[in-house]
Parts: sequence; C-alpha cells; structure tokens
Amino acid sequence: MAKPIDVKITPTVDVTEVSKRPRKSFYKKHEEMILGSLSMIIAIAIWEAFWQAGKISPLFLSGPSAIAKRFWEDMLHGTLLDDLRYSGTNFLLGLIGAIAAGVVVGIIVGWYKRISMIAGPFLNALYATPRVAMVPLIIIWFGIDYKSKVFIVFISAFFPVLVNTVGGMRAIDRDLLRAARAFCASDWQIFKTVAIPGAVPFILTGVRQGVALGLIGVVVGEMFGGSQGIGFMVAYGGQTFATDTLFVGVIIIAFAGIVLTALAEKLEARFSEWRPER
Amino acid sequence: MQKLVVDHLSKRYWREKLDREVVALSDVSLAVEDGEFLAVVGPSGCGKTTLMNIIAGLLPYEEGTVSIDGVKVNGPGTDRAVVFQHASLLPWRSVAGNVRYGMEMQRRFDEPTMKERCEKFTAMVGLKGFEKHYPGELSGGMQQRVNLARALAADPKVLLMDEPFAALDAQTREFMQAELLKIWSEQKKTVVFITHQINEAVYLADRVVVMSPRPGRIKDIFKVPFGRPRGLELKRDPKFLEIEDAIWKIVEDTPEKIVGGRRG
Repeated sequence: MAKPIDVKITPTVDVTEVSKRPRKSFYKKHEEMILGSLSMIIAIAIWEAFWQAGKISPLFLSGPSAIAKRFWEDMLHGTLLDDLRYSGTNFLLGLIGAIAAGVVVGIIVGWYKRISMIAGPFLNALYATPRVAMVPLIIIWFGIDYKSKVFIVFISAFFPVLVNTVGGMRAIDRDLLRAARAFCASDWQIFKTVAIPGAVPFILTGVRQGVALGLIGVVVGEMFGGSQGIGFMVAYGGQTFATDTLFVGVIIIAFAGIVLTALAEKLEARFSEWRPER
Repeated sequence: MQKLVVDHLSKRYWREKLDREVVALSDVSLAVEDGEFLAVVGPSGCGKTTLMNIIAGLLPYEEGTVSIDGVKVNGPGTDRAVVFQHASLLPWRSVAGNVRYGMEMQRRFDEPTMKERCEKFTAMVGLKGFEKHYPGELSGGMQQRVNLARALAADPKVLLMDEPFAALDAQTREFMQAELLKIWSEQKKTVVFITHQINEAVYLADRVVVMSPRPGRIKDIFKVPFGRPRGLELKRDPKFLEIEDAIWKIVEDTPEKIVGGRRG
C-alpha cells in the first residue's frame, strides 16, 4: 500500500513580493544613455587635455574649447546666423521640392507600367550617376547663387524619395488587390484605398534618406562656389587653415543631420503604427 | 429555386513552367439552391479554387456559363462576396473600417446604412468592443471574423468562402465552424464553401461536392442527411463518420501519384 505522501510545501518566494514591480536602479534604467554620454565626455576631455597641453597644432586640428569659443563669437559678431539661415532656406526649398516631385513622379511611374518602361532607363541612369558629378553642370545652368544650391539639394533628395515611392507602389499586397477587386472596386478606389496607404511607409523611408542626402547636397553645393552658408564656411575654414571655423561648420552639419534624421524617423514610425509589431 | 448555376464550365490555361496546357476545370456542372450551404472538397490541384475565382468573377472563363439568378457572371458583382483564405484585411484600417470596406467599394448603401450595417455585423461576428483595433492586433480567428463580417455587410446573394478556416488552429477552427452555422442560420444566405477538410464540409454543408484533379472535375455529390441546428458533437456521430469515410474513399481514389510528381 502506498504511504501517504507527506511533503511540506514551502513557498520559495513570497507571493506578495513577486507581484511588486521589480525595482530597477536609475543606472539600469538609463544604462545606454549614461554609458553613451560618458564615453563622449571622456573623449572630449582627453582631446581638450591634449589641446591645452599644446600638443595639437591648430593648423591641423582644433580643440573643443577653441571651437566653442569660435562658435560663440561667430554667433554674436560673425555671420554664422546668416550662414545658417542661408543654408537652411536652401535646404528646405530643395527638400520640399524633392519630396513633392519625388512622390508625384514615383506614384505615376509606380502605377502605370508603360510609363515605367518608358521613363525607367532615364531615371535609372540619373540615379546611378553620383550627384556630385553633376554639380559643375548645375552651376553652369543656374549660376553660383542660391538657385544652384537649391537645385543640388533637390536633385540629391529627389531620387531616394522617387525610388522608395515607386517601390511602395509596386509592393501592393496581391491579396488586398484581389479582395478589393472582388468587392467591385474601381481602379481609382484601389489606388486610393490600397496602393497609396500601402506606399506611405515606403515614401517616408524615402523622405528620411532624402533628408540625409539633401544635407550632403547643401554642403557640397556651397563648397563649389558662392560666398555664404555652412558648407562655404567649412571650405573657407579649410582654405585659410582656420580649423576652429571648419569644426564649427562640421559640428553644425552633424548636429543638423542627427536632429533631422531623428525627426524623419519619428514621422516614419508614426505612420507605420498599423504595422504588426516588429 | 436555383440561385447559382454552373453549366458545363471548363477552364484551361497555358502553364509557362510546364510548357503545356493545364485543364484546371473540365466540364463542371452544378446548381446551388437558394439558401443552400454547398461545400466543395478535393485535394489541391482539383480546381476548387479556380472554380471559386470564376464564380467570384476574378477569373475570366471561355467555355460554359456561370449564372446567378439567371444572369451570366461577367466579372465581380455586388451579388457576391468572398471570404478569403488569408483575411486580406487592410492593415491601416481599424476593424470597423475593414468591415465597411466592401460596402464602401460597392457604393450600394448610403452613409447611415453603412454605419448601421457595420455595427450590426461587427456585433454578429462577436467583435463588439474591438471596432478600433487594427488587424495586426488581432488573432487569426478574429481576423477571419472581420473577413466574414465584411462579406456579410456587403449583403451578397451568394457568399463565397475560400478555405476561410484553413490557417486557423484546430480548436479555433471548430469554434468558427459552429459560429458560422449560427450566423448562417440567421442570414439564410446561399453559401459556396471551399475546403480541403472533409469533416468540415460534412459538418457545415447541405451538400458536399467532391472534386478530383487532373483534370479538375466533379467526382460525386453527397447529400448530407442531418437536420439543423447542428452541434459540434455531431462530428462523433457514427452516421457522420460513415459519410466522411465514404468521401475519403472517393478522394483517395484519385491518382495521387500524378499529384506528387507534377514538377515536370
């Protein structure tokens, strides 16, 4: 006969304790941010230490404090604000034009197969050509004033928007298309309710890439002539061995890149909400 | 009264990969009564999906005729609605937005009617309270409920269902079958239900059409003798198993070897 089993069940964990939200230390919660900023701060500190010790020739590299000082002085007494406004306006004009044209052309090329066959070779050839190689030609066409800068931004940002929009229009879900057709949807209804909404995330990916390339465009355009803007500032700083001025420009461009890309990513995420969790 | 009539329908097309003609449907004839629940079973390649696509108007046909209420089927129409195997829901539209999608495309109802029907059929498939959810947030079973509600809301004369529960797990499938019968008994629509599951066909349908491949044709038609309503326990009834077995025998009878060796 089986003996009655006599086992004392001792709870290994206190239930009330488990149900509490596990406490995370401040460090654990923000580990990535803390480590990231710390490494930046240390790197800058080491750089500054070498600079202060006079180990760095200002002809080749500047120091953090010198760059900060230059930035401050240019802001107050120099042309930095004007340069920012000039570059920013050109960038925005070019970018907005590129998005508008890229989306419209992309939708047309993506929707109509025949137009895609006809326009395809031209667009592919242009897409494959590095935009920098076209800058001299653009300057011949538009001169060295702001029009050529805007156009360089435009041509830089246009292709990523175009290519992604076309991709989005082509990526129409066959099942959705079939369902729409079964419910007697017209081509226009399919365009409105299936093709366009499906293409939006693709278009926003194009915008994000367009922002990054447009930023390169604005800098490159100003380096090729003209007398204003952040790109000009970097080129001028280089030509006159004013490394502090050069660095102010580089850091502004980098900062603009980070902020604008983050904004575009936010927008992209916002419009992809309906996507199943990735 | 005969609702849907398929008369000597054949469908052949050129298969580029095989470099030869494939006969997807060969001389298929059948008539579906008004309010009847008809199931079509058969192994893959028997042409059941081709048949459904032709009835839905999604596939053109040249030989034979398909007609609903005596009107020849010539492309998609508001007299039919399809419940697809893959839910095919617009991922950027909420449940409510998807339920009204079919009605919106067909433009048969005005806005207040659409709104009312949307609410009614969302509730009927048991999704009240989920109107604002997106398809990505729903389980497979719930997505198929939306799929069904979308088709029903469009008020078709004939409801076409293309293996709608094939992708669901066994338990959910059983549950959805019972649910479908309940909804069907209230709606009294004519249904053509495509499936490869014999027991699903017998459980749901008034008649079961058995098809066989190469070429796709009707092998036999079974009348299911059970009354309604049917509970899930019917599936364990000896008579039920007997019919299921008989259909199995016919399906097994088809030259499976050819099916296996079709990569030419």
